[in-house]
Amino acid sequence: MEGAHSQASGMGGMRAAGDLVARVQMSKRLRLKEAKEYVAGKLGCGVRDLSDPVAMELIRREHGLGLLTMTSSTYPAEPGMMEAKFNIAEKLGLHINCVELFKERAGIRA
Amino acid sequence: MRLEPRIPTRMGDGALVEMTRSEIKADLEEGTRIAAQKAKVPELTQDELDHLLDIYASAARFTAVDIGEEVVLSNDGTGTKHIGNRVQDLQSYETLLGVDMVELWQADYSYKAVKTNVAHEGQSMKIAQALLTNPVQYGAMPDLGRYSQPDGPIPNWSELLPLGKIDEARDAQVEACTMLVGDIEFVADAMIAAGADGIDMDTTGAAGDADFLAALTACRKLREKYPWLGIEIGMASEFVLGMHGQLEFDGQRLAGLWPKDQLRMVEAAGGSIYGPAVNINTGKSTAWNIARAITFIKPAAEVATIPVHVNVGMGVGGVPTCLFPPADATSRAGKAFIEILKIDGY
Repeated sequence: MEGAHSQASGMGGMRAAGDLVARVQMSKRLRLKEAKEYVAGKLGCGVRDLSDPVAMELIRREHGLGLLTMTSSTYPAEPGMMEAKFNIAEKLGLHINCVELFKERAGIRA
Repeated sequence: MRLEPRIPTRMGDGALVEMTRSEIKADLEEGTRIAAQKAKVPELTQDELDHLLDIYASAARFTAVDIGEEVVLSNDGTGTKHIGNRVQDLQSYETLLGVDMVELWQADYSYKAVKTNVAHEGQSMKIAQALLTNPVQYGAMPDLGRYSQPDGPIPNWSELLPLGKIDEARDAQVEACTMLVGDIEFVADAMIAAGADGIDMDTTGAAGDADFLAALTACRKLREKYPWLGIEIGMASEFVLGMHGQLEFDGQRLAGLWPKDQLRMVEAAGGSIYGPAVNINTGKSTAWNIARAITFIKPAAEVATIPVHVNVGMGVGGVPTCLFPPADATSRAGKAFIEILKIDGY
């Protein structure tokens, strides 16, 4: 069922920019149109790019926002998981809980 | 005489049947009429019914929204030990299915049950946060019934009510509500300390208005403490049952609320995402069910100031009640909600 939904109408998660739009919906309580515009504005791309995995691979690389590790082309030197979430928080101006806790617990000063 | 062609379609229990375009059209019209009468809301317009007919009177195995019209998939109840452990499931949802947020949860999907195991759940959340880029929320049901005897300490209001002990039944629900708010807060605090991006109160209102009140109260408390937190309140059904009957939130009586007013309460409590739910009638076609569900939810989707993520899963939101919902029915339901209601996700 989840696979059908994803193919029929999902933004593609971090294969594209679905995770970024989801974060904006969650923390800024923005509806879809506004959340997509917010993310596109921060990334300097078009709204339609946000669900295009080809466009978003390049945009995510450019900003260090994390890439799937299981694609045919892997980028071991690119930010992954927690590292990417630091960059997402910075680029989108979001409070990401685990990033803030990481800084606090690792003694990293802003 | 030329017979009208028959189109394969689904019943609410998932059974594959054949109906003519005229029969599907009649079911759509009946579904919206019944919902409009029940909830005292407008029926769908002719354009909307025509669009639903185009979606449902089709033999295509799969359908989808147009490029650029995709929505956020919040996926409550992500992963059920499909492979390996729960965190591996979340990873597979992120990488293979490409969902937009994932939810850590355990099989006993209730905040009261999670409380006893919260340290283990927190550790799993911490590991999930280290291994995923997607937002990870923690989810469970408020599940007020767990606080009544014999499962919990409070006298059982479902036993008191038939005895005519109305005041006692009401007092019991209020007492249980207070305990539940404390447990949701307790679990949420632990998950947030472990890195959670959001908290999901799923199937809210399953035990009636006191259940909904507990979720709203907990939501407001969490919002005050964590302004950045994702808080999703997903409903149990289209209508809040008045098991207590007199409970209010911000002066609004909760019993009898339909989606538009449920949404208003979730917004007032500080929720990030409202998840309306409309249960399936298994004896009716999916066309009948989708028209009914969209009619109930439309007034909420029109006025929402926060994202609306409709429950479009097994047995709710036009998806049949069966273990393996067929992709033809699932994809049609998603497309219908997005194109008619302009929802923000599901």
